[in-house]
Amino acid sequence: MKIAQKSIKFLTIVAIALFSISGYAVDSDKNQDPQKDGGQVNTKTEVEEYILHHIKDSHDFSLFSYTSDSRERKHFGFPLPVILWSSEGLVTFMSSEFHHNDDGHVIVEKDGLKFAKIHSKIYELDSDAATVAFDDTHHATNAHKVLDFSITKSAFGLILIGALMLLWFSKLARQYKTKKVPTGFGRILEPLVLYVRDEIARPNIGEKHYRRFTGYLLTVFFFIWILNLAGLTPLGFNVTGQLAVTACLAIFTLVIYTVSGTKGYWMHMIWMPGVPFLIRPVLAIIELAGALVIKPFSLLVRLFANISAGHIVVMSLIAIMFTLQESLGVVGATGLSLLLSFFITLIEVLVAFLQAYIFTMLSALFIGMAVDDHKHH
Amino acid sequence: METLLNDFSPGLFVVSTILLLALIALMIKFAWKPILNSLEERESGINNALEAADNARKEMQNLQSDNEQLVKEAREERDAMLKDAREIKEKMISEAKEEAKGVATTLIENAQASIEQEKQAALAEIKKSVAELSIGIAESVIKRELASKEDQLQLVEGILKDVTLN
Repeated sequence: MKIAQKSIKFLTIVAIALFSISGYAVDSDKNQDPQKDGGQVNTKTEVEEYILHHIKDSHDFSLFSYTSDSRERKHFGFPLPVILWSSEGLVTFMSSEFHHNDDGHVIVEKDGLKFAKIHSKIYELDSDAATVAFDDTHHATNAHKVLDFSITKSAFGLILIGALMLLWFSKLARQYKTKKVPTGFGRILEPLVLYVRDEIARPNIGEKHYRRFTGYLLTVFFFIWILNLAGLTPLGFNVTGQLAVTACLAIFTLVIYTVSGTKGYWMHMIWMPGVPFLIRPVLAIIELAGALVIKPFSLLVRLFANISAGHIVVMSLIAIMFTLQESLGVVGATGLSLLLSFFITLIEVLVAFLQAYIFTMLSALFIGMAVDDHKHH
Repeated sequence: METLLNDFSPGLFVVSTILLLALIALMIKFAWKPILNSLEERESGINNALEAADNARKEMQNLQSDNEQLVKEAREERDAMLKDAREIKEKMISEAKEEAKGVATTLIENAQASIEQEKQAALAEIKKSVAELSIGIAESVIKRELASKEDQLQLVEGILKDVTLN
């Protein structure tokens, strides 16, 4: 019975996965030159462009693309909703209307407004313009950026992983109602929860206060870790490599330790006791800058830079397959590429955990400094 | 720096802030709170169980030493009882011997006394019989007034033949 249930579950998942690909996917754009943007990637500059394009956010979820026999570029994946705050208010449409174009050639008309997508950013064209005009530095002259609240690939990944986390951990929580020790997947999750609580939250925040912040730290830890790992899969998420997301996380930590800071913490920051009066204002400026700017900035840049760098390195090593083909031959280039990218991916698996650990650890440390009683001075 | 700022998408920032706030709230409510509470409950349960086991072991040790004490006392008591019993036995035997000796002595004394008595009585009777016999002989002698000495002697012998001392 149990086995039957499990196989039904598995079949459902497979069915959904297949349906989502075949259902939404396969839209081809005949009017596009397959050698151009979104097409084949062979040369060094194309590789560079492709990598830079990948680490950016994107408006649709594409798994892979290929050129068919009839020289049509086919994309596998599904479109995501585009939500814009334009000069006329809210505008929504599906990202498939851009037909995977990313250089501003496809103009989408909606509610009398014209939109174009240039390098993963959506521009609103001026009312009298029919096509996007570019200046020498490839900046659009007759269009401006709009506030883009789209469910982009990153937002989609965030929702997906969030839902997964909710599913896993609420299941673990429910398990405790009936048994003392979790079974199945919960047995893997429980030690991780204990690890964050006992090795990150408790020692850094202190026995007295850690309970209040453990929920936040656990969420952040698993969120960053799982998304880092998801970024290593062929799904190609780069959520934790988005400045907006890491900034968001860093600001959460900033808000938490600023709001929960004790009187002693603020006194030590603004009017440091035990030093000459003349130095105190100088110290206050340094301390305030450290607490309000440097700490969150270091958090957001560290995570963003590590994950982006990881993606760039892995993709560059995969690209060896094409770029060194002439000097090493097909087999040599492919072998070298596989070997190097295999080992760097192993390192990236470690980095995925490490960055989640460091972000959570530093958050806990900053919170711990803020809620400390400052009695040891 | 300029490309960094260019890459920063304020829209995604807003979207991810909303989504993350929701995620944190939901995770705390539906996952972390129950999980952490259950974990703490379980940990305190384990601590209590360990403490209880410790106490039970201590109690066991106490009981064991109590038992040993009891066994020791019982053994001592048994030894004392055995010793008493032996003493009593010896005492009884010696007492019995003593008594028997006393009884025997009295019995012997009594027997000796009665023998003496019987002897005296027998002697007295013999004396009386001898006296009576002597008197009878004298009487018959006197009565016959015999002249000759031989006759007299014959007479006495005749009388003595008649008298059987028994």
